[in-house]
Amino acid sequence: MNKMAMEPQGEPPLTPPASAYFIEERHDPRETHTLSVVVDNEPGVLARVIGLFSGRGYNIESLTVSETQHEQHLSRITVVTTGTKAVLEQIRSQLDRLVCVHRVTDLTTLAVQRNQEKPLERELALVKVAGEGQDRIEALRLADAFKAEVVDATTGHFIFQLTGRTSKIEQFIAIMQPLGLVEVCRTGVAALGRGVEAM
Amino acid sequence: MPEQMTGAEMVIRALADQGVENIFGYPGGAALPIYDALIQQERVRHILVRHEQGAGHAAEGYARSSGKPGVVLVTSGPGATNMVTPLTDALMDSIPLVCITAQVPTHLIGSDAFQECDTVGITRPCTKHNWLVKDVNDLSRILHEAFYVATTGRPGPVVVDIPKDVQFAKGTYWGPNEVRRGHTGYRPAGKGPAEAIRHAVALMARADRPVFYTGGGVVNSGPKASQLLRELVAATGFPITSTLMGLGAYPASGDNWLGMLGMHGTYEANMAMHDCDLMICIGARFDDRITGRTDAFSPGSRKIHVDVDVSSINKNIRVDIPIVGDAAQVIEDMLIVWKKEVGKPRKPALANWWAAINRWRARNSLAYRPSDRAIMPQYAIERLYQATKDRDVYITTEVGQHQMWAAQFYGFEEPNRWMTSGGLGTMGYGLPASIGVQVAHPDSLVIDIAGDASVLMTMQEMSTAVQHDLPVKIFILNNQYMGMVRQWQQLLHGNRLSHSYTESLPDFVKLAEAYGCVGLRAEHPGELDDAIDEMIAVKKPVLFDCRVANLENCFPMIPSGKAHNEMLLPAEATDEAVASAIDDAGRVMV
Repeated sequence: MNKMAMEPQGEPPLTPPASAYFIEERHDPRETHTLSVVVDNEPGVLARVIGLFSGRGYNIESLTVSETQHEQHLSRITVVTTGTKAVLEQIRSQLDRLVCVHRVTDLTTLAVQRNQEKPLERELALVKVAGEGQDRIEALRLADAFKAEVVDATTGHFIFQLTGRTSKIEQFIAIMQPLGLVEVCRTGVAALGRGVEAM
Repeated sequence: MPEQMTGAEMVIRALADQGVENIFGYPGGAALPIYDALIQQERVRHILVRHEQGAGHAAEGYARSSGKPGVVLVTSGPGATNMVTPLTDALMDSIPLVCITAQVPTHLIGSDAFQECDTVGITRPCTKHNWLVKDVNDLSRILHEAFYVATTGRPGPVVVDIPKDVQFAKGTYWGPNEVRRGHTGYRPAGKGPAEAIRHAVALMARADRPVFYTGGGVVNSGPKASQLLRELVAATGFPITSTLMGLGAYPASGDNWLGMLGMHGTYEANMAMHDCDLMICIGARFDDRITGRTDAFSPGSRKIHVDVDVSSINKNIRVDIPIVGDAAQVIEDMLIVWKKEVGKPRKPALANWWAAINRWRARNSLAYRPSDRAIMPQYAIERLYQATKDRDVYITTEVGQHQMWAAQFYGFEEPNRWMTSGGLGTMGYGLPASIGVQVAHPDSLVIDIAGDASVLMTMQEMSTAVQHDLPVKIFILNNQYMGMVRQWQQLLHGNRLSHSYTESLPDFVKLAEAYGCVGLRAEHPGELDDAIDEMIAVKKPVLFDCRVANLENCFPMIPSGKAHNEMLLPAEATDEAVASAIDDAGRVMV
């Protein structure tokens, strides 16, 4: 009776009872993942995705959205989010069941599967720095070292345009702080999986 | 062939083309063009309710009892906001609803116009999907897609918001088979993956202590799913329990039936869940009413989870074999593999397991103390069941103690016969739901097992029942308390009964007469049977005031924060045991 052809191989150990929430104390490590979500470009689609995150108590660290395939009316939303493994799985499947969602890809997981360290992630920042004298010279010298571009200037200020990974941008902003940082605008993370294949 | 017509005419035409015979609604300024088109035709019948919430729950009852989508038509602003509760209810219980809301004209949207609200914004989190129609030429496509989305995959409610100018505008109507659907990314699950199903059956073939745990997903999948489930249970010889929403998929008189599981489920069902070595969950979602304390939930079992919605997998409980697919198709494939590989039930291998189950059954967890002075609520439902079980009967409920007693003491033999608000727990659901059921089944006996507090929330719909000759029977277990609230106050808050006693209840018999219904009352056990017979015999809507023992509690119970094997049984539920049943960790839970 038990001689079945499809004996499961290498059965994993019993999963201990566990839940994503409730009264038990859990200390699963939190991870930061970048999700790429392809959606129909229609009114309300962003509200649907954001509403899902706020309604179910998920985090949004960064979010970018833009139409990417005009003929098919498709937009790509890139979300950087943090959570335990279980929560990240829920976020993926909750997004996946939205009627307007075509595809959800966890780029961070994809990179691991492809033996890459991380997906390709870039941000653009505009950084306004006002000052005179030595501070102004120092700001310009550092901007040059970071390969930031001057996109607007008067004798009293610069606006630098900088692209790069989130860590680089944050480092640049921190350095500009004492040199007369006025305000910052950032696009949030845009990301693609590395390599020849699409996601 | 595409035809030219107004948006309002398109709405009616699309409903007719979708096979809709009955809709529930309430008119208002922004909806007038659609109502004008409605009165000039006879294919679609309109049931006028007294409050939009009533229309929503009626449509839910209609859908749940017939397997067809329920359709609601309401006006803008308050008409739409009054639909929020039934939409949320339908979302939680996976009921297919198509709700058409009227909207202020396009050029007034955003101007805080009279009876304007952001309907698609408000209903976005309580629908499966929603649409605002800005161009009359999109209307027929969106309406047909709305029916498709509501009824496929995991069913649910959808909203189509139609501004008044779009209702007046002329455009091209396309039939259901002439439109190209939008949202090509929406692909509802069908068959489950063959490999996972074979793996699942392999575990089933070796299990010593298996249990089926099934839910509303089996009912939603259609009558065939219930039929196949019965075959699978017979072929495997496994015990089966079900959630509140799944009652009737497997018959209560079936040999392998353990009764409902969960917070007020039977001892044998919950103990079987706790002690099993293989759990086969089909169309249920490990809701907190089912699992109790999750870190002690069925610790020794492997878990197979069949669900049409991928987000139900690993949401509350981690499972070993997820199978995303439609219940009927997955059960069918399981049966094929089982019959080929195993064949008959493994009776000797399961003998010890059944012996354990029979020992738990012998505890008789649904026992209650009978009385010859007062009508015990459990007794009332037992007598109602005896008087109606051989009839063509449909049962709805409100929410509270009476709902749990109905689930425990009324035996359901067929799917789609039991309509209750499970996920959202909406008091006031049952009366309008019974109206919807009666519309779908005009010649059947439809009974709302109600509580005195719940039924007052939508009492105005008795007027709807009278207007449309819908002879629903509202069987009120009247204990003058919000019974479940009072029970929890006793469990959690030192029996301080804060605002759970309804001091000035109406005289339900006179109220019935005021509505043009029939009022009946039973106060003593001796007069109950005759009164029930009279209720069944009356061909009009009935309000039945069944005066029951006031302070009876609903047992057995898994106190919140406890595990399946820590049930409070009626025999052990002394006042002291009740007062200390829930510890600090459990107090914060619902």
